[in-house]
Amino acid sequence: MHILSVDGLTLSFGGVHALRGVDMQVAKGSITAVIGPNGAGKTSLFNSISGFYRPQEGRVVFQGEDITRLRPPHRAALGIGRTFQNIALFRGMTVLDNVKLGAHVRMRTGLLSALWYLGKARREEAEIRKQIEREVFDFLEIDHIRRHPVANLPYGLQKRVELARALAMRPKLLMLDEPVAGMNREEKEDMARFILDVKEQWDTTVLMVEHDMGMVMDISDQVYVLNFGQLIAAGKPSEVQANPEVIKAYLGSGDIHSLRQRLGGKTRAA
Amino acid sequence: MRIGSPKESYIADEALFRTRTQWVWLWLLLAVLIAYPFVANLYWLFLVCLISINIISATGLNILTGYTGQVSLGQAAFMGVGAYTVAWLDNNTGSPFFINLLAGAGMATLVGLIAGLPSLRVKGLYLAIATIGASFILQFIFINWESVTRGTRGINIEPPSVLGVTLDNPDTFYWLVMPIMVVMVLLAANLFRTRIGRAFIAIRDRDISASVLGINLPFYKLMSFGIASFYAGIAGGLYAYFFGAINPESFPLLMSIFFLAAIIVGGMGTILGSILGAIFMTLTPEILRYGVDILSPYIDNAPQILSPLRTAVFGALIVGFLLFEPHGLAEIWRRVRRFFHLWPFRT
Repeated sequence: MHILSVDGLTLSFGGVHALRGVDMQVAKGSITAVIGPNGAGKTSLFNSISGFYRPQEGRVVFQGEDITRLRPPHRAALGIGRTFQNIALFRGMTVLDNVKLGAHVRMRTGLLSALWYLGKARREEAEIRKQIEREVFDFLEIDHIRRHPVANLPYGLQKRVELARALAMRPKLLMLDEPVAGMNREEKEDMARFILDVKEQWDTTVLMVEHDMGMVMDISDQVYVLNFGQLIAAGKPSEVQANPEVIKAYLGSGDIHSLRQRLGGKTRAA
Repeated sequence: MRIGSPKESYIADEALFRTRTQWVWLWLLLAVLIAYPFVANLYWLFLVCLISINIISATGLNILTGYTGQVSLGQAAFMGVGAYTVAWLDNNTGSPFFINLLAGAGMATLVGLIAGLPSLRVKGLYLAIATIGASFILQFIFINWESVTRGTRGINIEPPSVLGVTLDNPDTFYWLVMPIMVVMVLLAANLFRTRIGRAFIAIRDRDISASVLGINLPFYKLMSFGIASFYAGIAGGLYAYFFGAINPESFPLLMSIFFLAAIIVGGMGTILGSILGAIFMTLTPEILRYGVDILSPYIDNAPQILSPLRTAVFGALIVGFLLFEPHGLAEIWRRVRRFFHLWPFRT
């Protein structure tokens, strides 16, 4: 059962082909990773799925529905949540407001009740606050910073708040763009644990782009490898790891044995 | 020093005013507002009425520019739409003033929504220019649609009356404008406790990721324009009633810049900022005039020398704020509060 499938996606900017006929299937309840060298088209693929880019060819099908023509907010409303490579928190808001904003598509308060803050607005705000406290803040252990402005938080916590914001949506598909980039070893371990817990406890499918091979190989069920906008391999982590094509594309040619070791991830993340 | 402020429910923690200290100050402020007309003279009542009108308009502009990040230089023109609608209704239908006021605000909202359409394509300086364009068009209509606006001759408006009392002086008008101002400010504060207010801030901070998180950008941008011009419409209607006469010169582009300056000096993206900014911008010229009066006996030719200086000092104060307190008066207020939270310890 695939929750998301991408068929023959082609995206180009002028003469530059960011994606060429990429096919991908994401199984429901899995952790699927997309890897590839810099500029391989991973983030372009993500942006095409969340609707920020309009691919020239191909389809994106989410839960059996063709969403290729839908605008980003509609895709979010269907249950596609995501985080960004360069943290995209709203710096003028507190942690709590950022996370509440993640739940925007699940809320229905209209302008009139919002202005008077009576009835629906009041009930809904209290309800969403309760949910966020119980499901998200406790889970990600960020309840102590809920009233802090996000701009002053350290990098690792900002990444965690961004995950919190995506989770507040209760997404069916959670897309993480480099969730552990720039983190130290301990923060990486925490994040890997959170991602595994999301999969187990939230009934959420995870699709991630990540450069940290140790983490990718440890926690993913399925790995797709992109290079120059083309899919060059797909399969279980062990299969992809052994694929000479991948090793060559990812790390350049050289001593296959040592490269394979590096791809296997000498520094285990989780 | 404040030590914690425990709550038992999330509703209590989501309240607009969360601590007992805040409530005490709030009641004090309310008491002062009620007692004010009994102690102040007409001149100071006039000023406070004018400040209240400016606060309403500045709050509207702050929702649009400070919170949603859509720079607008059309606020005065939207006020004009509200004022002219009120004036026309007052002269032609004789409907009660609160209906006129709401109709004026409704008309301003409509015009504001249309003027906000360029925001779907452009932002920043380009949008500012587009809204200047809208104000020129409205100014043109105010001057040339003679059958409705009476062109440059202007329109006179009868003062409103409530329960047989005619509100024709600042001491009576105060009781109309002050409650409306308080309610409008509270409504704005409420808005930013809900999903709509958060969506506005998200658009200001990062519009693209807001969109990916499920916020319909065109919808919320236009909503923000609509709310800002609704506030302008109410302020404009009150302005028309307050002065009893309006003409196309009443709502110049300079007035839009005045409001923009008010929210920048007061603090962009804070409710308190709109209030403090409007007070500062309205009151400072008056206080400077007092200063001139005090100095006059000691300086020869005081009016000729000091009056132009007054304008220069006012300008310098604004520049000073931009340089030394870019987050505005609201930030100074926050710093003072923080100081007392921690007192007698220091940060």
